Amino acid sequence: MADRERPSVGDSLPELAVTPDRYLPHRYAGASGDFNPIHIDAEFAKAVGLPGNILHGLYSMALVARACAAVADGDPRALRRLRVQFRGMGVPEEEITVSGTVRAAEGDRLTVDVVAEQSGNQIIRNAEAELEL
Amino acid sequence: MPVNEDAIGKEYPPASYEVGREKIREYANAIGAANPAHHERAAAQAAGYRNVVAPPMFCVVYSAAAIAPAVLDPEVGINLATMVHGGQEFVWGEPVCAGDLITTTARVSEIYERDGKGFYVFESASANQDGDEVVRGTWTNIVRGV
Repeated sequence: MADRERPSVGDSLPELAVTPDRYLPHRYAGASGDFNPIHIDAEFAKAVGLPGNILHGLYSMALVARACAAVADGDPRALRRLRVQFRGMGVPEEEITVSGTVRAAEGDRLTVDVVAEQSGNQIIRNAEAELEL
Repeated sequence: MPVNEDAIGKEYPPASYEVGREKIREYANAIGAANPAHHERAAAQAAGYRNVVAPPMFCVVYSAAAIAPAVLDPEVGINLATMVHGGQEFVWGEPVCAGDLITTTARVSEIYERDGKGFYVFESASANQDGDEVVRGTWTNIVRGV
């Protein structure tokens, strides 16, 4: 897509803001096949010391991937590599914001630093994405 | 107690997964991926795909059957009650579309101890029916208090 404006070093990704609803972890469990009860059973989660049922880390990573693909209008071919560290815990019913900054640009390849935050906590940090536009 | 490194290098049998169009749509809806190429065949074909195309992170769906036996392997010895998913990396190759048959293999790449925590690193590699690599994954699980 030649008419797409190509981001350059220092540019920000368009911020992605998502508030997962109460039953999102259940839908994600069905879609992904990960039925670990810490994600879908608040009582179980509390019994093992969590504040309640928590989001799947790989769901939060998928939001990071979405925010990256948005640079290419959602084209799934654009995302070539994504590395994340999971920190803290994501929870349903609170807004998650994904933000990123272009660290390097070479030809049609971008390297982007990304974080996902929720209520002031970084739930994904030190994420690095490589995009090909 | 030091971590047991005996399982480093262990490989697991390949696991196959046939990609269904409705599964892609279900997954895309769960993560909010709205590109019509994830939902409608005509839109996907107009964008140059054979069929409805999976979002990149759909790789966790078709990799699961290969990676789970490695994480659960008693020889690896992860205490699941104190395990957290610490990090994840994927490197993508060819896009994955409905109708593809994906085969994934997994291996234990690293086991080590740092700051009283056990680090268990697994690698997966997935290829489609033509033998083209579609994704490589590096899965890092951390166990507290080893």
